[in-house]
Amino acid sequence: MNRLEGLSKLTGRERYIDDLRVDGCLWGMTVRSPSPRGRLREVRFGKSIDWSKFVVVDHRDIPGPNEVYLIERDQPVLAAEYVRHVHEPVVLVAHESREMCRRAVAAVEVIVDDEPAALDFRLPPTPEQVQYGADNVMKRLKIEKGDVERSLASAAHVVEGVYETGAQEHVYIENQGMLAWVEDGVVIVKGSMQCPYYVLNALKHALGRDERGVRVIQSPTGGGFGGKEDYPSNLALHAALLAMKARRPVKIIYDRSEDMASTTKRHPSRVRHRTGFDRSGRMIAQDIDVLMDAGAYVTLSPVVLSRGIIHGAGPYSCENVRIVGRAVLTNAVPFGAFRGFGAPQTQFAVERHMDVCAKALGMDPIELRRINLIRDGQTTATGQVINDGTDRVAILDRAAEMIDLRGKRAEHESFNATHPHLRRGVGIVCIYHGAGFTGSGEVMLKSRLKVAGLADGRVEVLSSSTEMGQGTTTLFTKLAADRLGLEHADVLVPEPDTLRAPNSGPTVASRTAMVVGLLVERACDDLRAKVGLAESARGAAVKTALVAWHHAHPPVGAELFGEAEYVKPPGISWDQDNYKGDAYGTFAWAAYAAEVEIDLRTYATRVTDFVAVQEIGRVLHETMARGQIQGGVVQAIGWALMEECKWEKGAMKNCQLTNYIIPTSDDVPPIRVEFLENPYAHGAQGAKGIGELPMDGPGPAIVNAVAAALGVAPCEIPITPERLMEMCEVAHVG
Amino acid sequence: MLACEERRPTPIAGATDLLVHWPMNLAAKERDYLDLTRVDSLRPMQWTGDSLTLGALTTYWDVVRDERVGREFPLLVKAARQVGAVQIQSRGTWAGNIVNASPAADGVPVMMAYDAVVVLRSSAGEEEVRLDEFYLDYKKMRRRADQLVVAIRMPRRAHDVHIFEKVGARRAQAISKVGLAVVHSAAGWRVVAAAVAPTIRRCRTVEAMLERGDAVRSADDLTAALRKDVSAIDDIRSTKAYRERVLARLLYFGLKGRSECPSVM
Amino acid sequence: MSDENEKMRVGFTLNGEAIEAEIVPSERLLDTLRYTLGLTGSKEGCGEGECGACTVYLDGLPVNSCLVPTFQARGRRVETIESIPPESLGAMLASGATQCGACTPGVVMTACWLRRHPELLKSHTAREIMAGNLCRCTGYDGIIDGLRDAMSGKGAE
Repeated sequence: MNRLEGLSKLTGRERYIDDLRVDGCLWGMTVRSPSPRGRLREVRFGKSIDWSKFVVVDHRDIPGPNEVYLIERDQPVLAAEYVRHVHEPVVLVAHESREMCRRAVAAVEVIVDDEPAALDFRLPPTPEQVQYGADNVMKRLKIEKGDVERSLASAAHVVEGVYETGAQEHVYIENQGMLAWVEDGVVIVKGSMQCPYYVLNALKHALGRDERGVRVIQSPTGGGFGGKEDYPSNLALHAALLAMKARRPVKIIYDRSEDMASTTKRHPSRVRHRTGFDRSGRMIAQDIDVLMDAGAYVTLSPVVLSRGIIHGAGPYSCENVRIVGRAVLTNAVPFGAFRGFGAPQTQFAVERHMDVCAKALGMDPIELRRINLIRDGQTTATGQVINDGTDRVAILDRAAEMIDLRGKRAEHESFNATHPHLRRGVGIVCIYHGAGFTGSGEVMLKSRLKVAGLADGRVEVLSSSTEMGQGTTTLFTKLAADRLGLEHADVLVPEPDTLRAPNSGPTVASRTAMVVGLLVERACDDLRAKVGLAESARGAAVKTALVAWHHAHPPVGAELFGEAEYVKPPGISWDQDNYKGDAYGTFAWAAYAAEVEIDLRTYATRVTDFVAVQEIGRVLHETMARGQIQGGVVQAIGWALMEECKWEKGAMKNCQLTNYIIPTSDDVPPIRVEFLENPYAHGAQGAKGIGELPMDGPGPAIVNAVAAALGVAPCEIPITPERLMEMCEVAHVG
Repeated sequence: MLACEERRPTPIAGATDLLVHWPMNLAAKERDYLDLTRVDSLRPMQWTGDSLTLGALTTYWDVVRDERVGREFPLLVKAARQVGAVQIQSRGTWAGNIVNASPAADGVPVMMAYDAVVVLRSSAGEEEVRLDEFYLDYKKMRRRADQLVVAIRMPRRAHDVHIFEKVGARRAQAISKVGLAVVHSAAGWRVVAAAVAPTIRRCRTVEAMLERGDAVRSADDLTAALRKDVSAIDDIRSTKAYRERVLARLLYFGLKGRSECPSVM
Repeated sequence: MSDENEKMRVGFTLNGEAIEAEIVPSERLLDTLRYTLGLTGSKEGCGEGECGACTVYLDGLPVNSCLVPTFQARGRRVETIESIPPESLGAMLASGATQCGACTPGVVMTACWLRRHPELLKSHTAREIMAGNLCRCTGYDGIIDGLRDAMSGKGAE
């Protein structure tokens, strides 16, 4: 089965939001704060512009509360009295001509009385920089198991380390874009997004409307990676406010620079590890401190921090663990969701630290991992008992075998001893990723999904789960067709539209195939039951029954739905107050191996081979699953080696693709992927989440390989040539 | 048209530099432009007994696909393949690379290493300026506003050393952080550095060292001479320290052990 | 060339047909194709010639249409993604060459150009030729595999 919308995309016929021609549509554009923090004194509209020709919106045009509805409501839709980061939206303009909008935006001056900005999350704020509580820390979380201090005191070896990761820009190739119009009194928003119901709730709240007054439609979305999880709510509000005031459709399409400068990015982090081992190399204590830069508003940071600390100890068994997490507000652009959601940061730290520990203990890093990998019956940091029958040691051994660890090490030793300026090394890591929402998240979401039985015998899957390249449409079609014994052509998966689709939750957290996919299957079962068929009925019997049902219910347009709502798998319990229990229904497990070559003339690191071995329950679609892994690995290679946000007053100053560098086809080797299958009882056809896992491993695998090649100990990514040069100079390498 | 001082247009060819972020470049849209791409006489490459002449409209791709250029001026091909992706190579011109005057240009260093001469034409006649004397300061050139670059001429020589190194933030499609072109022929050593000074420039102190045969036993032995030749800075793409050190190392490892320069050990 | 009211007419061959378009002098070919002529297959990913999502052929060579002033297309041959026959893309469909699809039209244009010029593989690697098309979803393997399959005649051609 090929990707259903694949040919439409390959031929350029897929219509993204900027591809839609709308009669009478205005272009919208945004005037932004020049200052990272301060009181908004004045907005001056330049005299070079005839403002009567423009629609202009500011905070006074917002009918409801000036708040972007999310976890907290601290972020204004448009700054009213105060700004907290550079590029914060202040005023919106709209005009028929995009060019005139550009001129208008350039002619507006935003005047701010600057106040001291907090710009380095690693430093405690000065009293003048404090903006939240006593120390700008807006979320603290803690996981505790056993007695860490006593175990550290009794340990044969204690190894410490500090690890840092930088911000990362999503670089979805389709920039953020949103179209809004008003039809029969309903505000309709259509655009590029991951979570239609997040957008719907944000519209309801700030526009002061109920669900009958707003409607959200997802357009084909050219990549998200978390970047279109929360930000589209802001953009939808902007477009809606302009459209309501203009009484005409308004489209806002960001260009690349505006998108990079003003939308969310991956949270920068600093993680400290203090780890105790006994004489045999068994880990007996892990003391971990996680600090993340939340940026100027809360957005999703508490949840990112939560996932970060839950994955902070690595896929290892240790009886005494303490993980403390803090997210601190600064005056940088708000950091938000990004593939992996905090786990790549903390797993970079723990997996890099494992190699540092191995070196300190005089052990082979693979052997150290093998000893400590969690076995069935053992518990994670939150006390979750792992008992899924997966052989994690076998995954590690398979990755080592595929990269030919033993052979490569010997080969590299002689190569490195003789080559004038090239050095090679291999690094291996073990990673895991909890699938679906954390803890009781899925229970609170209560996701719902419908499968409509149509009069012609076809079915239609109605959900708010979006297609953004990861394959939702194809997977849902396959799941429904397999469940009911139908042809793929008999299953329709329309674009999510809140008018028809129930809230099946946000398209995030690697939950779509596993959690929502299961709802597809159960709604299919319900549909079958509704037309009086037995569970074994398939294919023609189903189609005939659907047609017959519509015959028997004559009012034309009567709707027949199978429905399903999330049910917590049995035996799962989570204590949100104490961070104890089953953090996730299940985890995906993996071992990744990287081979690198460093050129000591330029200190540039190139990944020359990459192996990704993972157990993800069941592979639903081989090509798409492999594509998820390969794409995630390359995105993580970028994060590890070259992607660096450069900051000035909390603003990203390299917000162009010429200066923020992502990998090209020529920068990466083929990514060799292998799947091990161990079906998960509570996922669709046995599937677990997959999309985020590949973001967790490449960073530490590559840095471990660099350390092996050069004998230096890098603890920060991106490991740019400039950074590596400094380390080599200190260590007298090359 | 260039002679008209009233509203002198800017000549354009491949437009690969001009049109970057074009929609937001409100000021650039106010200016006038003279499209050269229709002047077919500016396009071809020409060989004579002792020189190769690139027309002002010769593109990188024209050079990449020319086997003879690849044999006699291999660094032109090497630089062209790294200037940007095929989509840039097909549009960008060598003359455009010269007059855009970026200190991080990729085409200029190799042309300068090959002793290129810039042919300028105006209504007053033709003038020739050596490329290594063409740049006065950052974006300042020995070109009058009424002069158009019509060709670039390079002498055909037997070279026994050809080195071109471009260091970007990734292998393909990147703006240079450090660039180096080195050739050696009967005319002597040419060492040209990019992205380490306000203009692309020859490293004459280093060239003199190589001519004299001063012993060079490590990259560090080149640092003092290079500092006389270049003046690297910290900017959005890299650091002064990195640029200086990498330039020295590229040069050292490029020459080390070669019979043409036994003094580099 | 700033005045929005000052329009000019430009004629060129678009996907084999002679056309004439009324444009603003400062218009980019990408905007003319997308907004004036309604050919929205070519995408804008960066507006600076880095990502290649706007790749079209100008006189048979791939170019970034965001870096081409439309008036330079006068009298020339322009080919866009809309000219590529869907039936030629079976191998890339099967290999997973597209995910989100935003970079894809540009990817396909460069890939099809390489398919027309297989001799380039004597001097270049496929990865080098494709380096001007940034993709954030596939990690490039799906693209390179599909290109290889298409060039070796494998896949539903």
